[in-house]
Amino acid sequence: MVKVDYYIILSAVLFTIGALGVLIRRNPLIIFMSIELMLNAGNLAFVAFSSVYKSFSGQIFVFFVIAVAAAEVAVGLALIVEIFKTKKNINIDEMNSLKG
Amino acid sequence: MTIDLILFLILSLVAIAAALGMVFSRNTVYSALFLVLNFVTVAVFYLLLGAPFIAMTQITVYAGAIMVLFLFVIMLLGAESLVPLPSALPWQKPLAFFLAVILAVESTYLIFSSAQTGVITAPDIAVNSMENLREMAMTLFNDFLLPFEVTSILLLVAMVGAIVLTNREKAGQK
Repeated sequence: MVKVDYYIILSAVLFTIGALGVLIRRNPLIIFMSIELMLNAGNLAFVAFSSVYKSFSGQIFVFFVIAVAAAEVAVGLALIVEIFKTKKNINIDEMNSLKG
Repeated sequence: MTIDLILFLILSLVAIAAALGMVFSRNTVYSALFLVLNFVTVAVFYLLLGAPFIAMTQITVYAGAIMVLFLFVIMLLGAESLVPLPSALPWQKPLAFFLAVILAVESTYLIFSSAQTGVITAPDIAVNSMENLREMAMTLFNDFLLPFEVTSILLLVAMVGAIVLTNREKAGQK
């Protein structure tokens, strides 16, 4: 018997690990992956509630979140590649100017 | 202890271990592969919750497309094992751990103070059949048609943006 609480707690734990990753890592690629992890934790909560309340809306939301995550990753990785080309380095501490 | 709960506990241990491995491993490629493992475990959770379409989308889009894009960029930049530079803010890591503990405590408190009573039952055969997919498609294309179209425009904008960003020098040379 799995209660919905367990899924929500797992989702909260994964979200916290993702937030911790954003705060402690200096590599923008890892920070991006941590953001993906947080989105994924939110999706898990959506699907858990969708399963409890027998409604498809939660699953549709997850579908949209996945599409938005794909768009975000495409633009973000393009930005990281461009920054690497100009600065020859992807340390997040050195990304402090808007000028290329 | 039912088989449901045992499966849930094992899978959640794998998911949390993969997430921690992603955050703490030195090599970026290992991080990406740990994240793939985490996505696949979450896809199995979706199957347990009776959402087979979302599970398959998770595997093809997240574990397939997005993480392959990540691995491409990691290998393109040669960022497999960047030497960790001394941080500009030495107190940042302890503060980050402190804030993460606060976030964990307050989210757990909120979950327990507003206890949900729902119980996840094992999905029956009907949930995993075509009927489920048909119902979901009806919801998507009837109630959520406008968000669906807006998402397609968002993906188009992202595609154009990525091409413009990575192609800037060639456009300037013309």
